[in-house]
Amino acid sequence: MKNRTTVERKSERETVVTRTFNGPARIVFEAWTKPELFKKWWVPKSMGMTLVSCEMDVRTGGKYRLVFGQGMAFFGSYTEVTPHSRLVWTNEEGGDNGSVTTVTFEEKGGKTLLVVSELYPSKEALDAAGTGAADALVETFQQLDELLVTLGASVGRA
Amino acid sequence: MVQYANVGLDASFAALSDATRRGVLEQLGRAEASITDLAEKFNMTLTGMKKHVGVLERAGLVITEKVGRVRTCKIGPRRLEDEMAWLERYRQLWDARFDELDKVVEELKRKEQVDGRKKRE
Repeated sequence: MKNRTTVERKSERETVVTRTFNGPARIVFEAWTKPELFKKWWVPKSMGMTLVSCEMDVRTGGKYRLVFGQGMAFFGSYTEVTPHSRLVWTNEEGGDNGSVTTVTFEEKGGKTLLVVSELYPSKEALDAAGTGAADALVETFQQLDELLVTLGASVGRA
Repeated sequence: MVQYANVGLDASFAALSDATRRGVLEQLGRAEASITDLAEKFNMTLTGMKKHVGVLERAGLVITEKVGRVRTCKIGPRRLEDEMAWLERYRQLWDARFDELDKVVEELKRKEQVDGRKKRE
């Protein structure tokens, strides 16, 4: 049973991804905070990249560092760790233009609603980060996606 | 000839950020219409509709043509392939990541059940 992933660009500086998981918050939180578990899913095989090391000191003020086989590193520190409900970390490899990621875990009836927000210091920083290829995207991707499907169908008929 | 390649994603996403403009595109996806038709359909002044159509036209999503005294609008030559590709890549990354996370969650759930049974035994 697969749940739907939705993506929105909340503002010029922020993207938000939402997904429900079929398990309690403590389990989903564990998967985000134990390096041996995090390593299993953060880099999907389809990305063609491998995570060679994953160090995570998950507590307020603690640091993390992910190193990819291609020599790329992803690092920063945890600014807030609230077990089973909220994680906030900074991304420092971009210097002052680094983003802040906030992950919230909300349990309802044995399932967990996960919300991942990435906030950049400026629109330019988000755009530069590559996730911002769509500079002026302010509407929800979900709505846009539906529209594109409609349009794709009508263009195909023309 | 307008260089649609230079328009980029910005203009089209900006154009699509408005509900009326999305409605106009859906409408034009079904059939061509004049600006007057569109203004009526969307309960809007002619000037207001002209502005929206102008934004869509600059993004290459709509083309207009003057036939006699009437200006007709239709879906532009620039398809939404770039936008679709961008959305698809972004979605795919998170989807793939979360599919793997599903597996980890299932695994942990199973382990908890087994451990729970062991404790009770």
